Amino acid sequence: MDPTLKAQFDETVKSHPIVLFMKGNALFPQCGFSARALQLLQPLGPVHTVDVLADPNVRQGIKDYSNWPTIPQVYIHGKFVGGSDILMELAERGELQDLVAAGGK
Amino acid sequence: MLDAETLRRYLLDALPGSEVELNDTTGTGDHFEARVISPAFTGKSMVEQHQLVYAPLQQWLKSGELHALALKTYSPEQWKKLGPR
Repeated sequence: MDPTLKAQFDETVKSHPIVLFMKGNALFPQCGFSARALQLLQPLGPVHTVDVLADPNVRQGIKDYSNWPTIPQVYIHGKFVGGSDILMELAERGELQDLVAAGGK
Repeated sequence: MLDAETLRRYLLDALPGSEVELNDTTGTGDHFEARVISPAFTGKSMVEQHQLVYAPLQQWLKSGELHALALKTYSPEQWKKLGPR
């Protein structure tokens, strides 16, 4: 993938504990899955959101970067955690907050 | 269109020693629920566990024969920790 874009993703996921690549933004999610992911994450701390609809390069690029076919996508402490199904399952098992608390360890 | 038994066999070949439970949720052979407990999942993140399951099913996911798979994955340790359900 484009090295500039890759560097940009590296930078984004490293500089915030919780990053959500979503459709729309925190105030106006444009898709139910993105909205649900946001709801699950917000109680755990500040969520840095990236609106993939704002830039087609980002929309496709993040799929290549994560090797994951769908949006939303969640990064916690720089590590790819998954999409909305995985997020829900982790929340149900009580493992989501552990990931945030672990500080990337 | 696939049947649950075909899918199950593929998953067992790809992930030996696993426990695989499959459910054809719509009865149409393209939407399945799966629960996979596998020793291959030990120490892996959930994304990595899911990718291990998706890998052997790529051909059907790409062709669209398999439209959706609601996946729950556990290492034997994770499954044990959850207790009987």
